[in-house]
Parts: sequence; structure tokens; C-alpha cells
Amino acid sequence: MVNFLHDRATLYLFGGVLAILVVATIAGQLIKLRVRNAVVDNLNARIRAWWIMSAVFAFSLATGGIGSVILFAILSFFALREFITLTPTRPADHSALFWVFFIITPLQYYLVAVKWYGFFAVLIPVYAFLFIPSRIAIAGDPNAFLERSAKIQWGLMVCVYCVSHAPALLMLEIPKYEGKNARLLFFLVVIVQLSDVLQYVWGKLLGRHKIAPVISPSKTWEGFVGGVLTATAIGGALWWATPFNLWQATLMAFIIAMMGFAGGLTMSAIKRDRGVKDWGAAIEGHGGVLDRIDSICFAAPIFFHLTRYFFTP
Amino acid sequence: MRRVVASGVVGLARLLAGGQVRRIGFTPDERQRIYFANHTSHLDFVVIWSALPKRLRALTRPVAARDYWAKGLKRYLALKVFNAVLVDRVRSDPATPNPLDVLLDGLGDRHSLIIFPEGTRGDGTQLGAFKSGLYRLGKARPDVELVPVYIDNLNRVLPKGEFAPVPMLASVSFGAPMRIEDGEEKADFLERARDAILELRQW
Repeated sequence: MVNFLHDRATLYLFGGVLAILVVATIAGQLIKLRVRNAVVDNLNARIRAWWIMSAVFAFSLATGGIGSVILFAILSFFALREFITLTPTRPADHSALFWVFFIITPLQYYLVAVKWYGFFAVLIPVYAFLFIPSRIAIAGDPNAFLERSAKIQWGLMVCVYCVSHAPALLMLEIPKYEGKNARLLFFLVVIVQLSDVLQYVWGKLLGRHKIAPVISPSKTWEGFVGGVLTATAIGGALWWATPFNLWQATLMAFIIAMMGFAGGLTMSAIKRDRGVKDWGAAIEGHGGVLDRIDSICFAAPIFFHLTRYFFTP
Repeated sequence: MRRVVASGVVGLARLLAGGQVRRIGFTPDERQRIYFANHTSHLDFVVIWSALPKRLRALTRPVAARDYWAKGLKRYLALKVFNAVLVDRVRSDPATPNPLDVLLDGLGDRHSLIIFPEGTRGDGTQLGAFKSGLYRLGKARPDVELVPVYIDNLNRVLPKGEFAPVPMLASVSFGAPMRIEDGEEKADFLERARDAILELRQW
């Protein structure tokens, strides 16, 4: 906590988020004075929820590493719950699901907390991958066996394995960047979420040509290009808070924004397949937890591995 | 202590099955009511109870099977926290009181009840035939409103025969209160009550 308050760069970063929230809130209220409809109400609900999400995220970073690990573990748990709820499973999957929720998920985050990279990287893709179908087979129901195993494995990979790479940024040992990894996590989350928001804003302002209207009616080429480019530029402008130089930070932000877009689109495809609009109703105006972190699911592991490969010895 | 346990149970119910509560033509208030619901899991009444506003929980008594709830910790929860009305599923000894009298006693002059007219837990996909208890209760207490409740997805939290629950988003829908019409036959009323629950499915 003390370190955090004396860390000028981190304070600037949070000051920036605060400024954006204040501007967004004022803009939202000004729009509300002139136009009143469902889109504007949803916009203001989203902004209100952003205040809360930013506060929770800031608090988790301020507690040092452990707060962020716990926060992302809780997000994983709720996201997985939303995923499995919309995925048809059979009574025979019950024990496998119990393991997934109460043993594998906490273990994955425990490995993040104790910085055991070797096990963290293989627990779910190797051990859980083999364990889940075996456990389901023991339960003895062959109906749609492969489909059921695959859905549970997929949910675990996306909601737990991928998301856990965000707090895992804190375990990287980057030379001359010791004790500052919280900023990397901040960089990832802010670029992903800004890219989402900016794609939405550009799309609402200029959007004409839809990318995949059946999958996601609100994603347009104009929104995509505008959002990714703006988020990339902001990422580059934040290079001083990262272990990267200007062009490296720009490239990283670009990759994060592209992966975030891919995540949003892929998770939308699953929602459309299941015939729903949102994963849940946990966050006012946004839908479920998974609706808010779908882009982090895809961006976090790639950002983690690029940083690990190029910037750690 | 009871209050702490009660909020703990409500919190746990939300963590494991937290989801949506829908009220379709139903306003919660202190009026005496009989909530009747589809039965898919041992957690059913816990979730319905948790979905009610706090002040109504103290007035609402679930009806539960004595053989499952009368032992150990479950007994403490059933009697002290939920203030449940325990009934014998099998009436082996003629000396045990008539279940209908037990329920009417439990209702008293200010309580509400939660009952499962199917009698036994289904697999969550089908709604079984209703036993006549709901009709007889309604006949004996025409002043009490009968509220249909549909619970969705809870059978996946704790399927029949399983011990440990798994988190899942369940939903609880309360429908418009109903009464037995003048001269309505038992079979007609039970059919209408069953349809009222099926109707809530589409929400």
C-alpha cells in the first residue's frame, strides 16, 4: 500500500483512469439532457459500472500481488459458472464439474500466487485435460461424451487458464522492472477495456459496415479500425510505465487490442449458438462477468507469453 | 446466531445458485400464502426462501421431509433457521398425525408455506403429476393465496443422488397468485396449478 502511494507512475496511470471516468460521466449526463432512450440509459449504466469496476481493480492492485490474484480468481469462478450454466451437461458430469470448480480453479490461482510457472503452464492443458474425460467416463454415461468433455475443457481453458495469465504477469521477473509488474497488469487491462469501449464508441459514431452481423450485430469495420488504432496509440503513449520502449509498447498494445477483438467475437459466437444475448446479468448495463472479460481471456495469455519470451532472461 | 446462519445460508445459496429472481404478476407482502413449486433438488426450498425479501423469510416455512431433514446439522438448519414444517413421507404408524393437519398447523394465522406438490424430486426436465395436498390445503384455507413458483436449472447444482453441489446460475420465477374457484373439481384445479408452473417456464 505504502509503496503504491509513493509510486508516481502508477499514480499517474490511475489519475488518467479517473480523468477518463469523470469526462465519460459528464458526457453521459450531457447526452441524457438532450436524448432519452434505451441506448443512452444503457450507456450511463455502463459508466456507473465502470466506476465500480475501476475502484475494485485499483484496490486489488494497491494490496500488492495477492489482491489481484484473488480478484481474478473470483472473476474466473463467476465466468466459469456463467459458461457452464449455458452449456448443456448431464448428471454424470457432476463430479467432473465439482473438481473443475472447487479443486482445479483454486489450484491454478494458488500456482499463480506462489509463482510456480512450470506447473501453472501445464495444470489445465495437460493434467485437467486428461482428468476431465476420465472422470466423466467413470461416471458411465456415453451420451454426447466427446461433446460434454470438450465443453467443460473449453470452459476451463477460457475462463480459468486464459484469465489466470493476467495476474500471472505479476510473477514475471523482468530485469530493471522489479516490483513494478502491477503496471503491466494495469497496461493489459486498460488497453483491452479501452479498445472495447473505443470500438463501441467509434462504431456508434461512424459504424456502417458490419463485420459478422449474425455473430455480433454491433461490431463494425469502422468501429474495429477506429477502436484498435486509438487503443494502440494510447498504449504507445503509456510506454514510460512499461518495460517496453515506444515502438515495443505500441506493438504490444496493437496485439492486445487485436486479441481482445478476437476474444469478443469468439465468445459472441458461442452466445449466438446458445441463443442468448448476454452471458448473465451480474454487471449493470454490461451483462455477465464473461461479457466484460471475454476480450481479456484472449489477450492475457498472448501478452503474457510475448512479454515472457522477449523481456525475461 | 440464527440470523448469522440464515444470512450465511442465503449467501451460500447465491454463490452456488445465484441467478435471477423473476416476479411475474406477483408482489411479495405479508399476506399468508402457499408457494408451490416444481421439485428438482434438496436445495429447492433454500433457493425459494433466499429469493424472498428478508422480512418475509421469517414468516415463510418450508415443508420438508422428516426422514431427510431430521438428523444432525440438517435438523438444526430445518428447525432453527428455516423454521420448517417436517412431515412424514411414509405414514407407517397410524398414531402419527395426519399430514394435512400438520400443514394447517404450520400455516397458523400468520405464516406462509413452501410446498412441492409433485411429492418427489424429478429430473428437472419433466413436471410430474401433482398430489392432492395442494387442493386439500386450498379447500381448508380458502383465504390463503396459492403462488406458483418455477425453479430452473437448480437440478444441475445438486442432482438427485449427488452429495456435493456445483455452482450454476439458477432462476426462480414467482407467478400470479391463484385460488380454487367455486365448485372447481380437484383434478381440474391440480391441472390448472400445474399449467401455472409450466407457464412460468417460458420466462
